[in-house]
Amino acid sequence: MKVVELASLCGFEVLCMPDGDRQVSGAYIGDLLSWVMGRARADSAWITIMSNVNVIAVASLADVACVILAEGVTLDDELIKTATAKGVNILKSELPAYETATELVGKV
Amino acid sequence: MSEPLVFHFDINGDDFSTAGQASVQIKNNLRQLGLSPEIIRRVSIAMYEGEINMVIHANGGTADVKVYEDCVEIILADNGPGIKDIDMAMKEGYSTASDSTRSLGFGAGMGLPNMKRYTDDMKIDSTVGVGTTVTMKINIA
Repeated sequence: MKVVELASLCGFEVLCMPDGDRQVSGAYIGDLLSWVMGRARADSAWITIMSNVNVIAVASLADVACVILAEGVTLDDELIKTATAKGVNILKSELPAYETATELVGKV
Repeated sequence: MSEPLVFHFDINGDDFSTAGQASVQIKNNLRQLGLSPEIIRRVSIAMYEGEINMVIHANGGTADVKVYEDCVEIILADNGPGIKDIDMAMKEGYSTASDSTRSLGFGAGMGLPNMKRYTDDMKIDSTVGVGTTVTMKINIA
């Protein structure tokens, strides 16, 4: 499934989506950045509550398909610009991480 | 064997927000060279972890990336405090990072283990009070 379809089907808010046609496969939940880099697979959806600039770098380098910020966490405008420039898709969910993940079941 | 392509970076030691710039640049360079996404991912993550380590522990340093026909070599060098116990530092979950570093999502004690995980060869030369050089190789062919 494409990131743009996932966002729509799950009702996630789109903070930025420079590469909405990217395919999502699987998901990983984590806030410790090195765990994410060590364990998250390429092309997965990464669910986190971290919202600093390093999240964008990790998402880009670990090559995940999108970041989903859980618990209503958001990014400031400057970071959204950075993410857009780096081609990182960022979605936002009002739900906690677990409930956010259950929305993905059967879709990615 | 032909001469490698060499990329050199100075890693700024006082700023987490700029950490990763060298890794992102390398990612773009390797993409232009046509390397596979999986190789690029492994090089990028190993290098980013190294960059972050130099910011957390060593007040910065240098990164040199050499692209050969059959492998990518990453050499990270700093003049930081050195690693007292390399065996401990290699253990998953062991970290000497500060609480403020941890609040940013770093300091999980996974940096060096990740660098080893994603590379085919890794060597650490460290002298307490002098500095640390980490040399990593990722085979492409």
